[in-house]
Amino acid sequence: MWSIGAILLTLIVIGSWSTLSSGKYSARHWLDFTIFGLAQGSIYALIALGYTMVYGVLRMINFAHSEVFMSGPYTAYFVAAFFHTSGLLDSHPLLSMLVVLLVSMATSTFVAYLLERIAYRPLRTAPRLVPLITAIGASFFLQYTFRGLYGSGFQAYPVIKPLERHWEILGLRILGFQVVIIVAAAVMMMALYLFVQKTRTGKALRAVSEDKETAALMGIDVDRMISITFIIGGMAAGAAGVLYALMFKQVHFFMGFIPGIKAFTAAVLGGIGNIPGAMLGGIFLGFIESLGPSLFLDGLGIVAPYQLKDAIAFTMLVLVLIFRPTGILGERLAMKKA
Amino acid sequence: MRKGKVTRGKRVIKSGLIAGGVAVLVSLIGMVEAFSQRYIVADIISIGHALLLGIGVLTGYLSVRESRSGLTFLGAVGAGGIAGALLSLLVIVGNLIPLRRVFINASPVLFELLTLGQGSWGTGILVLLGCGSAAWGAAMALVPQKYRKAALNAMGWVVTLGVLQDLVRPLLAAWGPVADFSELVFEANGLTLEGALGTMAVVAVGTLFWKGKGEKFHELIRGLDPAMRRALRVGWVAFILAILLVLPHILGLFLSEVLTVVGLYVLLGLGLNIVVGFAGLLDLGYVAFFAIGSYTVAVLTSPELGFFNLSFWVALPVAIALGVVSGVLLGIPVLKMRGDYLAIATLGFGEIIRILVLSDFLRPWLGGAQGIGKIPKASIGGFEFATPQALYYLILAGCAVVGVISWRLRDSRIGRAWMAIREDEDVAQAMGINLVAMKLLAFATGAAFSALSGAIFATKLGSVYPHSFNVMISINILCLIIVGGMGSIPGVIVGAAALVGLPELLREFAEYRLLVYGAALVAMMILRPEGLWPEAVRKRELHFDSATHEMRFSEERGDEAP
Repeated sequence: MWSIGAILLTLIVIGSWSTLSSGKYSARHWLDFTIFGLAQGSIYALIALGYTMVYGVLRMINFAHSEVFMSGPYTAYFVAAFFHTSGLLDSHPLLSMLVVLLVSMATSTFVAYLLERIAYRPLRTAPRLVPLITAIGASFFLQYTFRGLYGSGFQAYPVIKPLERHWEILGLRILGFQVVIIVAAAVMMMALYLFVQKTRTGKALRAVSEDKETAALMGIDVDRMISITFIIGGMAAGAAGVLYALMFKQVHFFMGFIPGIKAFTAAVLGGIGNIPGAMLGGIFLGFIESLGPSLFLDGLGIVAPYQLKDAIAFTMLVLVLIFRPTGILGERLAMKKA
Repeated sequence: MRKGKVTRGKRVIKSGLIAGGVAVLVSLIGMVEAFSQRYIVADIISIGHALLLGIGVLTGYLSVRESRSGLTFLGAVGAGGIAGALLSLLVIVGNLIPLRRVFINASPVLFELLTLGQGSWGTGILVLLGCGSAAWGAAMALVPQKYRKAALNAMGWVVTLGVLQDLVRPLLAAWGPVADFSELVFEANGLTLEGALGTMAVVAVGTLFWKGKGEKFHELIRGLDPAMRRALRVGWVAFILAILLVLPHILGLFLSEVLTVVGLYVLLGLGLNIVVGFAGLLDLGYVAFFAIGSYTVAVLTSPELGFFNLSFWVALPVAIALGVVSGVLLGIPVLKMRGDYLAIATLGFGEIIRILVLSDFLRPWLGGAQGIGKIPKASIGGFEFATPQALYYLILAGCAVVGVISWRLRDSRIGRAWMAIREDEDVAQAMGINLVAMKLLAFATGAAFSALSGAIFATKLGSVYPHSFNVMISINILCLIIVGGMGSIPGVIVGAAALVGLPELLREFAEYRLLVYGAALVAMMILRPEGLWPEAVRKRELHFDSATHEMRFSEERGDEAP
């Protein structure tokens, strides 16, 4: 088993060495890759929060979280498109973006809440495979419900002009929307972290994720706490959705699947059930994805390395699961409890 | 944990709003419109309308039956009325505001369908229909069980006949005297009114008459001496076999094509059934082996790449062998994982393989996004498996072999070891079961079946593309074994017929297939986690805790030997 790891590691080192020594990419390129990775990683981190918190409380993978993520920006698209045609987006970009963000968060939150209430709550005591399969079912149901409601085409998100320019920050030239994404995600993660660590509800949440029965005995309404977990996850996912739309400029009913899996990878990478771990894992995954193809695949002489970007993420996932299922910050869960 | 006493009025409103919400959603998703041209009873009730009425009936039924809401008859009718009112609100709003900019299915056609073409009167009719259907549902809940069953069966039969008409009609038409009868019952686009009423009457009377007799019949069979029972069973199997052999000739080209697709899924399902159903290893990357089987045959036989140009029969064993090897290779790293982690890791494997096949990097060998074409058909002597009817026999043979292997494995020492692992790994190990060997054997067997299916798939289509092997296939297969009943071999066939065959028959359905899959999976897990045709043991386990369920399931007994 370890020999596989060693082989992969040598391949990575050889690849990186040959890329770096060939000088194919300039420092400017690497900076762009890094910033792009950071932006994408913050989005993954926000989605990963939902996976990790639900796992912490219910010990289940909420497969449908990717659809919670999709529902927000897809619904908010119609608001954004309305603002765009009425010219509000150009005259008051900040205000209209805020409304779009709120609509997206509200929708995702609502979907997440309903999901827990209808699909997961009746299954609290069921055998482990049952909620997982339910989650897969719910995921499909939501995907195709939104497809039925809004149609199956790609919808182009309106472009906000000031965000498409390069901004001069600390002497670096960075694309506007990347700055917004990184800042917004950082603010949101900070707020969430403070909420969980400092408030009474946050304390109750942590107690429930520690031990449901004991928490119930201490007078904590476990059902309510689980609902709140889903609500927070939904809010983060809805926000991440709008940021994702800012970055990739389009929405689609199937858009949740890949970011969802990546975010799950991020959650596992950081140690599932661990909130700072999810943030760390998301950003780490973002870096690997944006730097990896050009850093070590290119050096190995692989044609069109960017096509293998997703393969890197999945390989990463499998490797983490094999070699360190506890993730970077996690406790030892995967073997015994999982 | 209900807080305080909820008044009855609130409960009526709550039930009504939930039902109305569901009805509005079903309409906005477009299902009502999509199914409006497919009639159950010709020109009278379409599937779309039946769907909405069904929601009303269910509301009435559940409002009265559910101990939590426990409404009276009038309350249930009120709830139905509220649901109808909500739907008519949608029509009114839809006529005032251009909802269509957001909800693409909120078209004038939908509103006309909802109001039955009656314009503004239609909204009133909607409320009345809501009340009426809920009243019917509530009445069903209140009458004695005997009559309820009769009524349910009657409605169920009519709906089933209406939905499956494309399948039933050619079957009936194949045989002279029955064909005339079929003319009476069916019209070009659904059942005739007389046919529907007649079916309902016959089924209802039949159910009342049969009540209690079924038990006696079972006892009669049980009372026979073993030799007779054996003969009866052999006769039964021979009968089914004979039907299976002539089936494609009765059904014609299109339905045979459907059968071949169902057959391929049965093969896949039987394989995954070993991994998930027997050994309890949740594998979401199962499509990888299907892809490996297909691509092996493609690479070995296709003249387009021109590496080998072998015949199908030479390539087939290689494909299966490669399937086994890859099953073991992908199994080794995940040996220590359990449950969700295993699911995610295998999902990762499946996607990695698909992405690799799709990439330009491996293009010279695997064809990249364009895939590989010109895969020759399989042939024995001069007989070529080219038409769906011919392929059907190839697939049937495959299913028979795989089915017998699964069945023998299930009852063997290996099968029992797998099931022990499924129930509790640690205990199984303590009992002396070699976890590593048994798990790898499960992965390898499952992969072999999947590779076989993939090989046939490649010659069936004549070409392979990476897009045919996405994660949806894995999920479809998982769904079908769960719907059929995990670990149950007949369940795989039932599941494949229900989840793969049915959508092919209902072509309008294609767009909503996954939506219904999803809803069915959730509902199934909540209401009937053991599946449609479960294994006896599993059924007992999953309903051990609740006495009411125990009773419910003892009524409908499976035919499987314990």
